[in-house]
Amino acid sequence: MKKQPKPKVAFFDFTDCEGCQLQLANMGNTFLELTELIDIVNFREIMSEKGEDYDIAVVEGSISTDNDVKRIKEIRAKAKILVAFGSCAAIAGVNGIKNRTSLEVAKERVYADKAHTINTIKVMPLDRVVKVDYYILNCPPYIPEIIAVFKSILMGKPYPLPNYPVCVECKMNENVCRYEKDQECMGPLTRAGCNSWCINNGNRCYACRGLLENPAADGAKEILEKYGLKVEDILNHFTLYNDPQGEKYDQEFAR
Amino acid sequence: MTKNSPDKINSRNVKVDVRYLTRVEGHGNIVVDVKGGRLTKCEFQVIESPRFFESMLVGRSIWEAQHLTSRICGICACGHSLASIKAGEDALGIKPADETIMLRKLLLYTEILDSHILHIYFLVAPDLLGVPSVMPLIKTHRPVIEMALRMKKMSDYGGEVLAGRHIHPITCVIGGFTQLPSREGLEKLYKMMCDARADGDETVKILRTFKFPEFQRPTRYMSLTNDGEYAMYDGDLVVDGKDRVSDKKYKEVFSETIVDYSRAKIATIGGKSYAVGALSRFNNNGDKLNKKAKSVAKELGLKAPCHNPYLNTLAQMVEWVHCLEESIALMEKILKDGLSREKIVVASWPKRSEIGKIKYKPNTGIGCVEVPRGSLFHEYTIDDTGHIVYANCVIPTNQNMGNLEDDMRKIVPELLGRRTQEEITLDLEMLARSYDPCISCSTHLLDVKFV
Repeated sequence: MKKQPKPKVAFFDFTDCEGCQLQLANMGNTFLELTELIDIVNFREIMSEKGEDYDIAVVEGSISTDNDVKRIKEIRAKAKILVAFGSCAAIAGVNGIKNRTSLEVAKERVYADKAHTINTIKVMPLDRVVKVDYYILNCPPYIPEIIAVFKSILMGKPYPLPNYPVCVECKMNENVCRYEKDQECMGPLTRAGCNSWCINNGNRCYACRGLLENPAADGAKEILEKYGLKVEDILNHFTLYNDPQGEKYDQEFAR
Repeated sequence: MTKNSPDKINSRNVKVDVRYLTRVEGHGNIVVDVKGGRLTKCEFQVIESPRFFESMLVGRSIWEAQHLTSRICGICACGHSLASIKAGEDALGIKPADETIMLRKLLLYTEILDSHILHIYFLVAPDLLGVPSVMPLIKTHRPVIEMALRMKKMSDYGGEVLAGRHIHPITCVIGGFTQLPSREGLEKLYKMMCDARADGDETVKILRTFKFPEFQRPTRYMSLTNDGEYAMYDGDLVVDGKDRVSDKKYKEVFSETIVDYSRAKIATIGGKSYAVGALSRFNNNGDKLNKKAKSVAKELGLKAPCHNPYLNTLAQMVEWVHCLEESIALMEKILKDGLSREKIVVASWPKRSEIGKIKYKPNTGIGCVEVPRGSLFHEYTIDDTGHIVYANCVIPTNQNMGNLEDDMRKIVPELLGRRTQEEITLDLEMLARSYDPCISCSTHLLDVKFV
């Protein structure tokens, strides 16, 4: 059989903490195996080579300046496949909290009288600016999901994101429901796929994967009502990862 | 001058313009301009998009601060979490148990192990081996790269066992941990750490073969210091081994100013630049290192005070050995005595039934820890509902920025006439990398009131 050329992959980062790329280094030997299937041509965090010819662009971080908008469009124009890598790229992530204050106030708070020198715009996930072909969610990305998405890409198949809540995985892991423990949790409204990572570790879900597409608002409402939680209480938690779908939820719950 | 003369002879005009310095965390540029033998411009520009964390924290609950500020940096997520938790506990008047502090120290050590090894092998070694990145080394030096990844995996696994994961830890929260590390995980980690000793010895051997550029510039070295141990998790602030003050008074020790060309502010002590990080800690506290680390320092030829910033990489290796030995000792204690669930395990937020009943009083809390790149400060002021009204985070890279520029100002004239433009560019890139700058961290900082 004729050997296929390896696809050329470039990694790019926008506004974020670069933890997504670090997760790749944390894959250890799996990362070395991955480099046998793909050809990494651009990865600024660990490489000085700057390949401009690539098939797949894996992009982390949010769009938050005019220059970011220009750069992501250029990347999209060159890449056959664009992957939004991590919560900041996929749903704007914690960066989105910035949008809850006026840009002027945010600049003033951090840069005072030099505020006018700062170029910043409303924070956006990548798909507000360009078409995204694959999403790797989570903050930080969950390594089994990174591998699953790369497999799908290499096989030329779509990667459908789970469309059921974290509770499904959490139940399978036999965790005691946080509400039973007199705590709050975003699990009922958050898209699964992380294997209830935070709850397995004694914490609660913070919705870092963003919210379900179909909110199943009635079911979620039932849980909240059962535990005497007001809708507004939990809506406050929606803003941490600033999922654009939070607005949609607002409407669903308002009905 | 003949047409074929190497341009090093004619380096009276040199322009270095490194856009997007590679192999560092975040986006930075180096811009140097020499005209007629005179240095006219020398800047390290942070051009990372600002993230506005201090603004984002305003209005959020103090209980959320760790989760949020961990996201400032993927590489120092545990350090940010710990500084944040210490500041939160200071503001709320919470005192964690000794066992909790022991686990936190262990977590911090694993982060230093992780970050230092990443820097040594992935960011610095390619320069010293004359390759553009670690990628070609996968082919030419596969066993070494596998060893580096194994060392990285060990410390990353430490984060997983102790805090659920290393990047954006899950279990370390105000007051304690949401879950105890499993016995099985601790035993596996202990074994990995003991095995890593051999990899450490091998790394020391490799580092001995590297030739670092020779350069000297004494500066001020700031770090935490502590009578009992090599200070990482807590202590007083100290500059050049003297003038000890409480870390709560950090604003009296240094001040920060905004410069036009950079997104990050520049910090100074008495109007002069200073350094933080492994080399500063080594210079201030080298006598507190454990025996093994001291012997490695000797083997690597590192003596305090060391004034060559390029040797920060060696100081990192000395700290790696120190942290590994300290971790092994702590793990032995934990495996022998066990951990008390009652003392350590807490919920990440107040219970639902307690929300609304808790009385908060307006207060300010400050937390400082030594993270891989130096002293990190978080400060929060809360109101009577436990929400943050003011936040300030001072990140090590910002503190080093002025020092790096002063190094560049001294080294460029020394290199003129001796090195080609290309070589000077590499020397400056290596100088910037030796500080292990974490630019994504450094772009949101800073209290406007300093100015």
